[in-house]
Amino acid sequence: MDAGEKVMEIIAREQHLEPSKVTMDSTFAELGIDSLDGVNILFALEEEFKIDIPDAVAQNMKSVRQVVDSLTRVLEGKDVSDLTAMAKGGTPAVSN
Amino acid sequence: MRRVVITGMGVFSAAGKNKESFFQNLTRGESGIRRITQFDPAPLSVQIAAEISDYNPNDYFPAKRQDLLDRFAQFALIAAGEAMESSGITVKEEDRPRFGVVMGSGMGGAGSFDAGYHNLYARQATRLHPFTIPKIMHNAATSQVCMEYGAQGPALATATACSSSGHAIGEAFHLIKFGLADVMLAGGADAPITYGMMRCWESVRILALGNGNPRTACRPFSADREGLVIGEGAGVLLLEELSHATRRGARIYGEVAGYGMSSDATHITQPTVDGPARAIRMALEEAGHRPEEIDYINAHGTGTRLNDPTETQVVKAVFKDHARKVAISSTKSMHGHVMGATGAVELVATVMALECGVIPPTANYTQPDPECDLDYVPNQAREKPIQVALSNSFAFGGLNAVLLVRRWDG
Repeated sequence: MDAGEKVMEIIAREQHLEPSKVTMDSTFAELGIDSLDGVNILFALEEEFKIDIPDAVAQNMKSVRQVVDSLTRVLEGKDVSDLTAMAKGGTPAVSN
Repeated sequence: MRRVVITGMGVFSAAGKNKESFFQNLTRGESGIRRITQFDPAPLSVQIAAEISDYNPNDYFPAKRQDLLDRFAQFALIAAGEAMESSGITVKEEDRPRFGVVMGSGMGGAGSFDAGYHNLYARQATRLHPFTIPKIMHNAATSQVCMEYGAQGPALATATACSSSGHAIGEAFHLIKFGLADVMLAGGADAPITYGMMRCWESVRILALGNGNPRTACRPFSADREGLVIGEGAGVLLLEELSHATRRGARIYGEVAGYGMSSDATHITQPTVDGPARAIRMALEEAGHRPEEIDYINAHGTGTRLNDPTETQVVKAVFKDHARKVAISSTKSMHGHVMGATGAVELVATVMALECGVIPPTANYTQPDPECDLDYVPNQAREKPIQVALSNSFAFGGLNAVLLVRRWDG
């Protein structure tokens, strides 16, 4: 199972949604995920993947695709300073 | 002067999951105290509680809702639901700012606390569940009830240990009486039967062991009493300004007419005679009743060595000669000590006693104690028309709440 599938599975489980309702293109708003639900999903992802997701990265997660992209970068140990900068209102240091 | 009546009641307890079954069990002297089932109590010296053992949250709440509800808040919502339903009230959109909630809790989300600390210390977790805070906070019950019914008026939570819901109801009564609200849901909820909390209570050495027969473990005012029994549950009453209630043709269960509160200001656990006596006198004075007009007292009656003779002295101090004539019972003998919910659960019992003209007994009473020599309505319910009754709550910390209720004859 790749990270994307796992993320969708976790979001469906934590939101008590039918798995088919959650797609890569779903936004948090469409899935009824509010700010408190969001931190719950982050907690579940951290537990599942045994990682720490920095607050700055977490603030950019507003859709399933964003979660998967950010998570993949954290998992691969890539530089996430652009996300940190974005969260602080700055310009991304790296764009890709 | 604005008068305040009770137009709805709900109770969720080991002695009954709604007010009718609860009062029926009380009048039969049927105790809800059993061996603990929520966890294996084998390591504990005290293995009993007044537990709602067959409780399944799936019967009451969808999964998504449960995620954010500690057991105590679930109980609060269930009892509030019965109070709302029994009142038949529908609060219009524009009246919501005049509809408020006061809920008391002694321990808040004890189960969620316990689970979090277990993860933290025993399992070495480095992060805790993000719902921990919204579940454990003492005001969770108040806020959840507000959200459920759209109550946008005065709302607060009381945390005065065993007096929490006595104070909650008293404060709600005054909010209506003094014009700040027209309708209030008031009561309390607690779910303290966790391994950690039972260990805490065990160390105070005031719990009944209940060796042999848990059902008879709590024996208030009896010479052989061995302590209190921890309980869980909730009680909620719908209080309403009188003209508001009569305009909509509401059924009126009784009137809240007096509220007294005081602080012992002496010792963190030992009760005094003076503090509770002052609270009773305050309630009498507010309601305009003389002591001899009180027909029934639902006692704090925990069943500990210290509380019961002290409470007996309190009654003698306030009621003088009438002390021997007033009927007193402790229904904790059956529903246990429901901590922050106990005042509300006991007020439901008191109001039903007024309504039905039946006084629930002090169950499990076996032997008179020379220091407890009043009429405790031992073991058998008593049919007796009663007009005015008191419900006493005296808390650890020396904070006392006394409610005076009157029968409503229309």
